[in-house]
Amino acid sequence: MIPISYYLILSAILFLIGVTGVLIRRNAIIVLMCIELMLNGANLSFVAFAKQYGSADGHIYVFLAITIAAAEAAIGLALVILLFRNKGTVNIDEVKSLRW
Amino acid sequence: MELYFFLFFATVATVSGVSMIIQRNPVYCVLLLIMVMISLAGLFLMLNAQFVAIIQIVVYAGAIMVLFLFVIMLLNLSREEWGTFRIQRPVAVILSAALLVPLVTMFFSKSTKDATTTINENTLGLGEVEQIGALLFTKYLLPVELAAVLLLIAIVGAVVLTRHGTIITED
Repeated sequence: MIPISYYLILSAILFLIGVTGVLIRRNAIIVLMCIELMLNGANLSFVAFAKQYGSADGHIYVFLAITIAAAEAAIGLALVILLFRNKGTVNIDEVKSLRW
Repeated sequence: MELYFFLFFATVATVSGVSMIIQRNPVYCVLLLIMVMISLAGLFLMLNAQFVAIIQIVVYAGAIMVLFLFVIMLLNLSREEWGTFRIQRPVAVILSAALLVPLVTMFFSKSTKDATTTINENTLGLGEVEQIGALLFTKYLLPVELAAVLLLIAIVGAVVLTRHGTIITED
């Protein structure tokens, strides 16, 4: 059996790839996709710990996290469409009405 | 054998993830993220989480990512230009790589070892639909109901947000 640390390190790496993507990308849709990647990294550690402790509670949390990801994607993409309709761009550097 | 499978799926997930954040065509980004999700589904199968693996492919890769693809094609986006702040990219990469160090040290610290050595070898029936369904309708009934309400709010919110015309002044 593979040690759980391997799974945890992989989940940390996926999470950090997501963080890097959020920081370096300027396309709002891709920023949302990087957030999905971070959620996936967290899901992997939930499932790894569920296997470790032999209980299915971790699977339920993954289930709920996927629900939240779906809700977030729906609202986020609606906001992106609104942004494109009003500003003609999805580049988050050009959306700075709230920045002084 | 199991280790080889793990290394294969982990490599595919990491390489696809890195290519996703350096790929400038948004459609390819979606496809690479689907690759990450499918390899994660393979890892879930190795961890006795069959139901979660299927949900990962059907709901995540099949529904949520298609929603992203749909919006990208709806908006007809061109290739992305890099940001105006040139210093932001190297700093972001360095800071994220630096964050990996405390995380990995934490995973190899003594307290984590103590917490993770209590291996429950009895994984019989773990992750089967029967067990997950029983948990969903007994112990986690309230969270499931709340998740349903959350999804309803998200649907209504998305419809209200993207509706044409003004929202407030209408009767």
